[in-house]
Amino acid sequence: MSFIAPELLRIVVGMVAVMAFVALNVLVLVYAERKGAGHIQRRPGPYEVGPHGILQPLADAGKLMGKQLLMPKSADPILYWMAPILAFFPVLLLFVPMPFGPVLTVQDVNLGLLLILAFAGLNVLATLLAGWSQNNKFGLLGAARAVSQSVAYEIPLLLSVLCIAFQYGSLNLSTIVEAQGSWPWQWNFLCQPLAFLIFLVSAFAETNRAPFDLPEAESELTAGFHTEYSGMGFGLFFMAEYANMVVVSGVCSALFLGGWRGPFFDGVWWFLIKVYAILALIIWVRWTYPRVRFDQLLNINWKWLLPLATANLFATVFLIKLF
Amino acid sequence: MAAQNPTIVTPDIPDDGGVFVAPPVIGVKAVQDVLDVCRAMSLWPMTFGLACCAIEMMATSMARFDISRFGAEVFRPSPRQSDLLIVAGTVTKKIAPAVVRLYQQMPAPRFVLALGNCAISGGPFKFENQYGVVEGVDELIPVDVYVPGCPPRPEALLEGLFQIQEKMTGRRWWPKPQGAVE
Repeated sequence: MSFIAPELLRIVVGMVAVMAFVALNVLVLVYAERKGAGHIQRRPGPYEVGPHGILQPLADAGKLMGKQLLMPKSADPILYWMAPILAFFPVLLLFVPMPFGPVLTVQDVNLGLLLILAFAGLNVLATLLAGWSQNNKFGLLGAARAVSQSVAYEIPLLLSVLCIAFQYGSLNLSTIVEAQGSWPWQWNFLCQPLAFLIFLVSAFAETNRAPFDLPEAESELTAGFHTEYSGMGFGLFFMAEYANMVVVSGVCSALFLGGWRGPFFDGVWWFLIKVYAILALIIWVRWTYPRVRFDQLLNINWKWLLPLATANLFATVFLIKLF
Repeated sequence: MAAQNPTIVTPDIPDDGGVFVAPPVIGVKAVQDVLDVCRAMSLWPMTFGLACCAIEMMATSMARFDISRFGAEVFRPSPRQSDLLIVAGTVTKKIAPAVVRLYQQMPAPRFVLALGNCAISGGPFKFENQYGVVEGVDELIPVDVYVPGCPPRPEALLEGLFQIQEKMTGRRWWPKPQGAVE
């Protein structure tokens, strides 16, 4: 083994583990989403396929793989097939600096936060490509919405993340987690409540989840940017959405909820518990609130979130300078 | 109408009106059987209603009947992602081209369920000199399962779903209701 660099080996093993983690999480989340939707609407949700419907995501995956893949005649073939791949695979990279546990990180990058925010931008590009290349008016409208929404909400997201980064003087997620204590009152969501809220709201918009799922609004845009994708082409967008939700929840729990720090026993279980608590919140909100209108969506951002995030950042910087 | 093989792959919109049947990518029977079970257990219907039968279709996805128990509650808005076209209601001659187009836009394997008497035969609108209604959606597209009723109760739609599952996999998956007549 000596001829393989240990760093390289770590990255390869880590990426394989991340792929398995993402695939498993997508299966669990599809089940959780449909079960959650069911129970919120006072019905059991998937129930008969396997005990309590636990084989439902597997059946869906098999169905999607066995479905015919097709491309509209007027679509651009290269861009059309590139878009779902570009949507899904960069998400795997976002797990590289994610601090799962005290030593459980694929690679401790000292610009980890920057890496996540930079590669999360590729998701917007994939959405744009998907909408543009399929030569469908609904797809194009969905893509246009996705871009204006993501570009708008990235700004308050970045500003709220910057508050934490300034506070700790670091962009390394592991450092930020270690600097927080083990008890809930030592976590960042108490000293930065506004940044926490802004981050959450922007995260909903960034992952295209309800109430901000305008790029794929069924009622007016058929299926938005993935209108023409069938089978696994659509499946990859689906997986990317859920993987993005996991990334956002992971970053949120690392920045604001103490990551793997927790009462009594620090470790990866606290990270997973927090991630799944945020995911449950995201699912809960999706099945509780109606979709906002597009002008409302942009008004919330430019008139409320952006000024509040800027004021919060200035206040943070001022207080850091003062003490 | 000829029975439709669920593993047949057809091109999207055949320009010449013909249907090209391609062999499956993996021609192993065990693989096809597993895929057929997967397909039967996640039949995503299209969000598509024509008349009052659509109200019953909505009721089927709500709390009392809950089609999601069988994995079929994911009503996809795009025909590209749906497996099952539920023709729920009267097919008028004006909507007929749209129905055909939606069917052609669905990727294989695709299934059609004619819900209610209007979709089966024209129902109450079938009389001499009527000029507006297509007398049975099977004049336009191949239909897999017919669910009679005016409109059919949600249980009947669920039973139609089971019939399609039986047609795909060759066995009935769920117990028959008590007192059912063959």
